[in-house]
Amino acid sequence: MATLNSKIPEGTLAEKWTNFKAHQNLVNPANKRKLEVIVVGTGLAGAAAAASLGELGFKVKNFCIQDSPRRAHSIAAQGGINAAKNYPNDGDSIYRLFYDTIKGGDYRAREANVYRLAEVSNNIIDQCVAQGVPFAREYGGLLDNRSFGGALVSRTFYARGQTGQQLLLGAYSALSKEIAKGSVQMFVRREMLDLVIVDGRARGIITRNTVTGEIERFAAHAVVIATGGYGNVFFLSTNAMNSNGSVVWQCYKRGAYFGNPCMVQIHPTCIPVHGDYQSKLTLMSESLRNDGRIWVPKKKEDAEKIQKGTLKSTEIAEEDRDYYLERRYPAFGNLVPRDVASRAAKERCDAGHGVGSTGLAVYLDFKDAINRLGKHVIEARYGNLFQMYEKIVDENPYETPMMIYPAIHYTMGGIWVDYELQTTIPGLYAAGEANFSDHGANRLGASALMQGLADGYFVIPYTVQHYLADQINVPFIKTDLPEFEQVEKEVREKLERLLKNNGSKTVDTFHKKLGLLMWDHVGMARNKEGLQKAVEEIRALRAEFWKDVKVPGTMHGVNVELEKATRVADFLELGELMALDALNREESCGGHFRDEFQTEEGEAIRNDKDFMFVSAWEYKGPDKEPVQHKEPLNYEYIEVKTRNYKEA
Amino acid sequence: MNLTLKIWRQAGPDEKGKFVNYPISDISPDCSFLEMMDILNEQLIAKGEEPVAFDHDCREGICGMCSMYINGRPHGPDSAITTCQLHMRKFKDRDTITIEPWRAKPFPVIKDLIVDRSSFDEIIQAGGFISVNTLGTLPDANAIPIPKQNADLAMDAASCIGCGACVAACKNASAMLFVSAKISQLALLPQGKAEAKKRVQKMVAKMDELGFGNCTNTYACEAECPKEIKVTNIARMNREFFVAKVCVPKME
Ligand SMILES: Cc1cc2nc3c(=O)[nH]c(=O)nc-3n(C[C@H](O)[C@H](O)[C@H](O)COP(=O)(O)OP(=O)(O)OC[C@H]3O[C@@H](n4cnc5c(N)ncnc54)[C@H](O)[C@@H]3O)c2cc1C
Ligand code: SF4
Ligand code: FES
Repeated sequence: MATLNSKIPEGTLAEKWTNFKAHQNLVNPANKRKLEVIVVGTGLAGAAAAASLGELGFKVKNFCIQDSPRRAHSIAAQGGINAAKNYPNDGDSIYRLFYDTIKGGDYRAREANVYRLAEVSNNIIDQCVAQGVPFAREYGGLLDNRSFGGALVSRTFYARGQTGQQLLLGAYSALSKEIAKGSVQMFVRREMLDLVIVDGRARGIITRNTVTGEIERFAAHAVVIATGGYGNVFFLSTNAMNSNGSVVWQCYKRGAYFGNPCMVQIHPTCIPVHGDYQSKLTLMSESLRNDGRIWVPKKKEDAEKIQKGTLKSTEIAEEDRDYYLERRYPAFGNLVPRDVASRAAKERCDAGHGVGSTGLAVYLDFKDAINRLGKHVIEARYGNLFQMYEKIVDENPYETPMMIYPAIHYTMGGIWVDYELQTTIPGLYAAGEANFSDHGANRLGASALMQGLADGYFVIPYTVQHYLADQINVPFIKTDLPEFEQVEKEVREKLERLLKNNGSKTVDTFHKKLGLLMWDHVGMARNKEGLQKAVEEIRALRAEFWKDVKVPGTMHGVNVELEKATRVADFLELGELMALDALNREESCGGHFRDEFQTEEGEAIRNDKDFMFVSAWEYKGPDKEPVQHKEPLNYEYIEVKTRNYKEA
Repeated sequence: MNLTLKIWRQAGPDEKGKFVNYPISDISPDCSFLEMMDILNEQLIAKGEEPVAFDHDCREGICGMCSMYINGRPHGPDSAITTCQLHMRKFKDRDTITIEPWRAKPFPVIKDLIVDRSSFDEIIQAGGFISVNTLGTLPDANAIPIPKQNADLAMDAASCIGCGACVAACKNASAMLFVSAKISQLALLPQGKAEAKKRVQKMVAKMDELGFGNCTNTYACEAECPKEIKVTNIARMNREFFVAKVCVPKME
């Protein structure tokens, strides 16, 4: 059994990372060429890690599902990236960014990691600007900032509503440079299907070439997983269609512990669900909450009329509107953190004040901002988001308020990693959304991009090098080892079983059912009874899947249904672990809200005495209960408080 | 809505393709085009037929993966959007909709509606970057102010999603709009200046080598580009290319 050692370096908070770098082991240039690293994923974390490791001189193999590394899911991030530059001089600092992130995460993240994140945040901005990322600028030519939920300062850098795109294209350009140089070998349209461990160390992966259908083996001295989050377990989410939880799940089943699986973020501002044919949900960036005001009708009768289509939003008088966030949280108003905003929307809709034809929507209104600043300013800030909204909903948000509702967006949980981002399997690292590390029970807006790039550009290159320093005498790993043979055999058996199953229902049928189950019982509000039910029903659904799923085609060539089937098979197991973890955590904190643990006003009751820990789950076998390990969280530099967004 | 879909089916890169007609009924006008394709595929699987293969990922117009040539236009009849942002309300009940892959020599068909666009990655690898040492110490991000106007123009060009609609729209299969967007973005920023001359020569040479055609100024690319990338970028690229040729006679 692996032990949980978070390997936090000596020294005060501000010295830890410097101390690590000062004492870490290095590899000389001649030896670097003899060491191989596999990086799975080309999102911000993966592309940045692959490019940086390549530039250091290691031999890197980089993989992605899409036809080009530039298309990873990170491309879709809209709002921005945080950094403690304090350019607006509004009192920001590394400490404040660190503090806000810990507080926003409801005191469930590791202090040392979060401090390092805040510390390197400024380097990220310097680096991106040097790469030619066209961040928004003021008329004086300097960089512009905006504010995001959970912060009282403006520290978010952005590139229109396409920040993720521009940052990813920056990382992709660095990656392209290394590919041209030959230090990184790129493998597109590859899906990793399992991890290979040799003598207790991660040494390779098994992939399927999604064009030829070939099953391939790749070996290396170390493996970095940067495959993103598992939000698509809910079927409907804001994640891209190819986002999946399979790689983290494979690593878990091969011995990596899974950290905080129940910690999922629900984003308050998404376009509401409109039909059962719907394939995904579209996010409207949180940055809209800078200028938009959220409200529902004060009177239930008005809400009912709107739902029936007999009354229009614009016909409701000012005094009949309930700006419920401004009312409940005067200090932060519309800029409370995501979990708070999401639950408040659900509360109003459950109480019958929701709008739209389903009653599951609230208004996000720009009327006041347009009157105050002019339409052109709003257009410059959010033009492409408004256009996107209009294309989908067929309504003009400059004239009528947007309708929004919370949706699954991000997973704080992921593979458990220590300070060095190493998992409990030696030589296996996890970066970006795929790890559990920095956001505790809730992630602040604009902090995922920061974490992805911090991990990829500024942490992995150091820590992986530190690990590889004692591997210099290990020759290139061969893929004809029996361990590779065995794992490939298991992969083939799984695929063949799916193809031969010849059931009667499509993969999506099961995925949709699982999604509904997860949303109802493991979503925004959870309780013991519902979670127990979820565990049982997921097990039953999984059994039905393996009995009755129909996967057409063969192993050879393009087979999209087969790709989907392997992912849904994993989701059907992962969902159960999420429910189990949620059941286990008898408190409400961040994105995890248990009905049983709330005040009369509906605010979360956190239980620091019993639950101030990271839960790290260990896989024990197909029909065995997983074992929970606890990493206690010690706060030495921050006073733990109840989160309060009513006062500053 | 009830529709007839006339879809290009091709089993593999070296197989011969053909159009196959599929009737589809009860489609909501609020359904997106790709959701309509999902419904078709679910029905095909239920009938034991092979689903139609197509590329997609983000389904919100930013990853550049989706790529359908619909009724003779890349990304279909609506303007300034990608296939995944197209909604069925743009069609009429009983319409016949023709759906094909991108057609261009440098984008060979892999299967059905999926094409291989790796040539775009190769062009970027030829020089579409600024050589920064990712681990080195760099100047403060605000050390060089950049006029807002230039930053905005660079951002306009940088919005390209690499979808390839410009190539699919062009009768010469020219990639000039795509290539010029990257060259413009980097040429407009002071950070990109040092390598500007080498960059434009290498990227243009690569583009030619990969078999993309020449620009004959029909501007079909601009008309079909989902991100409204302007042909003025092509003019800027030509200028950069000219300057590079004159000032650096030989490329190393
Ligand atoms: C709509 C939206 C908007 C967002 N906006 C913001 C924002 O404004 N600010 C912010 O900070 N965060 C935002 N986020 C969150 C942020 O975008 C993500 O958390 C972050 O981009 C994740 O990056 P990543 O590198 O970890 O993974 P991803 O970008 O998800 O990349 C995953 C990579 O892994 C590859 N991969 C996955 N599985 C496999 C496999 N089996 N085999 C091979 N390769 C595989 C994929 O191909 C891809 O290359 C947003 C998220 C969404 C959904
Ligand atoms: S220039 Fe326009 S059409 Fe061409 S690849 Fe870029 S976004 Fe697509
Ligand atoms: S699927 Fe991403 S742009 Fe269409």
